[in-house]
Amino acid sequence: MSVFKDSGHLFRFAGLFVLAFLLFLLIRGFVVPSSFGQYGHYRGAAIDEIAAHPIKFAGHQSCEACHQDIQDQKKTGKHARVNCEACHGPLAGHADDPASVQPVKPDTAVLCAQCHTASAAKPKGFPQVAPADHSTGLPCQTCHQPHNPAIDAGGAK
Amino acid sequence: MNGLEGFMYPNEIELQWSVLIVLYPFITGLVAGAFILASLERVFRVEAVKPTYRLALLTALAFLLDAPLPLQLHLGHPERSPEMYFTPHSTSAMAMFGYVYLWYLMAVLVLEIWLDYRREIVALSQAAPHSTRWIYKIMTLGSDNISDRSLAIDERVGWVVTLIGIPSAFLLHGYVGFIFGSIKANPWWSSPMMPVVFIFSAMVSGIAAVLLLYMATSRLRRRAIDMRCVDTVAMYLFYIFIIDFTLEMLDLVHRIYEAGESFRSLNFMVHSRLYFSHIVVQICLGTIVPIFLLGLTQVVKLNEVVRKRIYAVSGALTLIGIFAMRWNVVIGGQLFSKSFLGYTTYKMSLVTREGLLVSIALTVLPLLFLALLVKLLPPWPEDEKNAAAVAAAAD
Amino acid sequence: MKITRRQILILLPAAAVAWEHVLAGTPESAPNYKMSDHWWSMLIDVPRCIGCGNCVRACQAENDVPNGYFRTWVERYHVSDWKMENPQVISPDGGKEGFPVATDEQGKYFFVPKMCNQCADSPCTQVCPVGATFVTPDGAVLVDQKYCLGCAYCVQACPYGCRYIHPQKRVADKCTLCYHRITKELTTACCEACPTGARQLADLKDPRDPIHEFIRTHAVQVLKPQMATGAKVFYNQLDGSVR
Repeated sequence: MSVFKDSGHLFRFAGLFVLAFLLFLLIRGFVVPSSFGQYGHYRGAAIDEIAAHPIKFAGHQSCEACHQDIQDQKKTGKHARVNCEACHGPLAGHADDPASVQPVKPDTAVLCAQCHTASAAKPKGFPQVAPADHSTGLPCQTCHQPHNPAIDAGGAK
Repeated sequence: MNGLEGFMYPNEIELQWSVLIVLYPFITGLVAGAFILASLERVFRVEAVKPTYRLALLTALAFLLDAPLPLQLHLGHPERSPEMYFTPHSTSAMAMFGYVYLWYLMAVLVLEIWLDYRREIVALSQAAPHSTRWIYKIMTLGSDNISDRSLAIDERVGWVVTLIGIPSAFLLHGYVGFIFGSIKANPWWSSPMMPVVFIFSAMVSGIAAVLLLYMATSRLRRRAIDMRCVDTVAMYLFYIFIIDFTLEMLDLVHRIYEAGESFRSLNFMVHSRLYFSHIVVQICLGTIVPIFLLGLTQVVKLNEVVRKRIYAVSGALTLIGIFAMRWNVVIGGQLFSKSFLGYTTYKMSLVTREGLLVSIALTVLPLLFLALLVKLLPPWPEDEKNAAAVAAAAD
Repeated sequence: MKITRRQILILLPAAAVAWEHVLAGTPESAPNYKMSDHWWSMLIDVPRCIGCGNCVRACQAENDVPNGYFRTWVERYHVSDWKMENPQVISPDGGKEGFPVATDEQGKYFFVPKMCNQCADSPCTQVCPVGATFVTPDGAVLVDQKYCLGCAYCVQACPYGCRYIHPQKRVADKCTLCYHRITKELTTACCEACPTGARQLADLKDPRDPIHEFIRTHAVQVLKPQMATGAKVFYNQLDGSVR
């Protein structure tokens, strides 16, 4: 039919489209990660990859496994709910290999002040002091044992 | 501290979307607007604007080729952008980009240009100098049929392509408006009017761009400017501008009247950090002045020289104004905190990947593309007649 | 206090077993963890927060968060009398080193820790063009940093400002609810470090979880409820002035 003869160029143009589309499908088959769509519109393998990130804070249960005596001291005092690493920092390395990774003793002058410096902004019932007035320059552990800070429990040894 | 005023969420202080993201809607807006102007002749048979028809198509193509560049330069991982083709997320307006762009480029613009120029392409594939003949040979796709029948078919198909092209152009630029308008987190952007405002301002900028380019290229080629043509183009520019201005004012008045949660914060922003770009540049210089000047030409009989000057000035101011509008949307939307308690500043760098120099280069590049296209496929009306003669001689 | 050699010989194997449990690698090889058994959320108890910044520091240490960017941060509000629409809010370096001492005794103060709200209908997931950010079957919103383009659309879409583009990796980054920890029966770093129990992880699929019980029985709020994001970080006694 002469219509086809005179529109042959249009079919060629369309043919280019079809070719490009097939090529696209081919490439797509290779390129899209295999776990894509496993749980939703994302790469399912990403979940495992993210879950495998290294851990820096061991968690208080790991500490308590070895340091039960500290735990006993803590659990009757006001710091019962303060986890070990809240003050001692991330210690997963130490939990993994206690001998080779030695935790550094925190500096009470900085550490205690972070929570207990008095401020109009802090909740009224929360124990807070103006450090300079309160201890006249003495370190906090002179009178307060950090693991059980009540004044009659004695100072840090 | 970094031009921070008041309170912002800590991660908000640094802007995420830079001047490159201002450029992208500006460029696609020019594409859409230029195409709409071309469709005026092709579909709505406005004969007067025919001298700009081919130029408008080539302008659209030149800018469309440039459009992905600001986006690629902005991405943290541009090498992963094919993911938008392989795994587009159907809930994301941005995911449409790859397919809408490709559709518009190949199934609308390239197809239409090819169909309109085919006679010249075939003629040039035989008559052009050897250095460029191979380009035309490829463009013929191996078919040298330029019989009357085939050209008539081209004409018909081209008409359908242009018809489909109009909503496609709206989609190409409208989805950009939707990208902003659908973000509920940002009250400066979130609005159902956003795609509509974007489309109309795109039409305004595209028509102004083609108007300026036509006048400039005629000047450069020392040819007379077809006054009937530019008068008609300017008339369309004027009326579409009125619609655009109305839409933007409606948005503004609505915000002021409703005075919702974000209003106080946004109002302060417009009056302080955005004052120059929004009030002075976008509204006064970029909208009110061109509308007034163009309106003048519609009601007062002015001589040719004065009209040409007015069209040139209005066209330039319009382009600046529409760029400012994109700036105010994109940058403005990031200057205020989502807590409505503070503001930050945008520090545009000079030489980095997302800086001023790159932006200028990306704006100049499409003009270079256009120069190339114009050499390859001359859009000038008298060349059309010459090409017809060459083709007739070649048969 | 001194640990005797005898104590170590007894305690070390116990610790090793506990630690092995922690190091158990991927969820598949952590034999107990099934995603469908959990629906994670968090409770933030505003009256307990003292603005010490421990959580911000712990998060940075656990997740290598770059300076100047925040997966979690603390805001301090000062509301004068009834003026809820004009609170004074500060968050100096996200509250990482705590807050300056407040001296104005008038008005009410409180601290509001913020983080990714792990939204069930998350707008960030909706707008990602390629599927690089997603909600896991157990309710955590995560970023696949090998797939992310760094377009920052998700950063724009988050109403809470909890996302950012990582300056070195150039991909989106945010709080992962310490997914690598919670899948191994640990709590998040911020909860572990909080000295007052202001932050607590909750499993909404566990009827015996005491935090879940609290959420079920007390008046709690979420941030920006009008955004309908299905936010899963619940606040106890959140003041109406909080943005």
